Amino acid sequence: MLRDITLGQYYQTDSVIHKLDPRVKLVATIAFIISLFVVDSWIGYAVAAVFLAIMIKLSKVPFRFMVKGMKAIVMILMITVVFNLFLTPGEPLVTFWKLTITKEGARIAVMMAVRLSFLIVGSSLMTLTTTPNSLTDGMEKLMGPLKYVKVPVHEVAMMMSIALRFIPILLEETDKIMKAQIARGADFESGNLIKKAKAMVPLLVPLFISAFRRANDLAMAMEARCYRGGEHRTKMKPLQYHAADRVAYLVLFLYFSGCVAMRVWL
Amino acid sequence: MGIIKTDKLTFEYIRRDEEGNVEGITRAVDEVDLDVKQGDFIAILGHNGSGKSTLAKHINAILYPTEGTVWVDGMDTQDEARLWDIRREAGMVFQNPDNQIIGQVVEEDVGFGPENMGVPTKEIWERVEESLKAVGMYEYRKHSPNKLSGGQKQRVSIAGVIAMHPKCIILDEPTAMLDPNGRREVIRAVRALNDVEGITVVLITHYMEEIVHADMVYVMDRGQIAMEGTPREIFSRVEELQELRLDVPQVTLLAHELKKKGVNLPDGILTIEELVSALVGLKGA
Repeated sequence: MLRDITLGQYYQTDSVIHKLDPRVKLVATIAFIISLFVVDSWIGYAVAAVFLAIMIKLSKVPFRFMVKGMKAIVMILMITVVFNLFLTPGEPLVTFWKLTITKEGARIAVMMAVRLSFLIVGSSLMTLTTTPNSLTDGMEKLMGPLKYVKVPVHEVAMMMSIALRFIPILLEETDKIMKAQIARGADFESGNLIKKAKAMVPLLVPLFISAFRRANDLAMAMEARCYRGGEHRTKMKPLQYHAADRVAYLVLFLYFSGCVAMRVWL
Repeated sequence: MGIIKTDKLTFEYIRRDEEGNVEGITRAVDEVDLDVKQGDFIAILGHNGSGKSTLAKHINAILYPTEGTVWVDGMDTQDEARLWDIRREAGMVFQNPDNQIIGQVVEEDVGFGPENMGVPTKEIWERVEESLKAVGMYEYRKHSPNKLSGGQKQRVSIAGVIAMHPKCIILDEPTAMLDPNGRREVIRAVRALNDVEGITVVLITHYMEEIVHADMVYVMDRGQIAMEGTPREIFSRVEELQELRLDVPQVTLLAHELKKKGVNLPDGILTIEELVSALVGLKGA
């Protein structure tokens, strides 16, 4: 059933990481990504790996879920590695035919591969442990100061959460329209790419019309319930930092300053 | 003056062509006078296109009258300064349950109205709890609305309106997209609101059996109020109702036909029990 799909890739379980404030996790993810580009020594990567491993352990999310995220970037990863491996000038290590692998090339290629895969695993750790909803909340709160430079932070967050709510509904609708068209002889399966794309038109037009109608209805329902943007609005579930969040910030600070220190002194 | 009052309310939809020239004018609501007392259960009946939904949208200040005036609790709906007070006092439930639920969790959706009104966090939780209990959906508070049945979704929508503590609720065909079970659930919840909480209810529908318990029924046709009276008075005018293309409940129809054939029955029989006791009474006489 389409309505049973889980959005994003949230993994439901009860762990320290799951309970952290979404803001902490957002900041931590960004800090971790920056730290990957700050460190440039093998010890540095070892520290990052240990840090990441501890976080994965704490999150109680099975490791194979993290690897799933890697599949999407396998191509990019390979291209990066190949280009760095063969095209970096320096002291030749191995030469066969016209290709030369240099010492520097090998070093950079491995580093890039490690960086990219840590980056993906690190950010999927965040999406695996945070519901899309609280992620939106966290972003809204973190970007709060941007309001003063006229960025519609609340509105963007509201749009994101409404989009999330309507994805399963629209998927179900797509399914319904598709079945209705198939029943009348439409063919979505056979033919080449262009033919398949053309077959999508009778699916997309009714879908768009219905999405607009829904949007219109929803806007009216929101207005009827006194929605008038972010001002004067209170929160049912306001974000509040707890002791665990402070500890998390401290750990993060130690890790990050460690990375910077290694860059400077090692 | 009652909680909702309209005076010669008229609304016209103006159709325009691509250059913006007026192509035609449709009078959706035509000089309607309503006066609803606090605590009443009002039903507005009519077939598709009779103007009943357009009328409903005026009470919540979503549409403004072309001519005439609408007052909600003494406030003119054209008074922009009172707009949010009006929307808070007159809550509205729409037809399609999917298109009016904003939250991704039931309790968050019910809290949406109070959040918009700036109610303090602690009170929001109290209001959410009490309104979910009022419609019997409290045990579903952590569920995703996508996994509820139509009737349940509609009850969540009603809870979302009650959480704003309105004086009246306008329900615009809340049961039109539901199965018979869902319809019963919703109507039961609405009646409980009216009986227990004393909230004024304006129920817009085209199902005759839903208006049996109303204090007052208005039948609309082509934008005008064609009939008004208690359910009993309305149901005793079977021929007129059929002319307005409304389906009279089977019991009422049966009683009406029997009466025409000379059986001595009272006018406007609404339920099976009533007809049974009337027939039994005849036998004894």
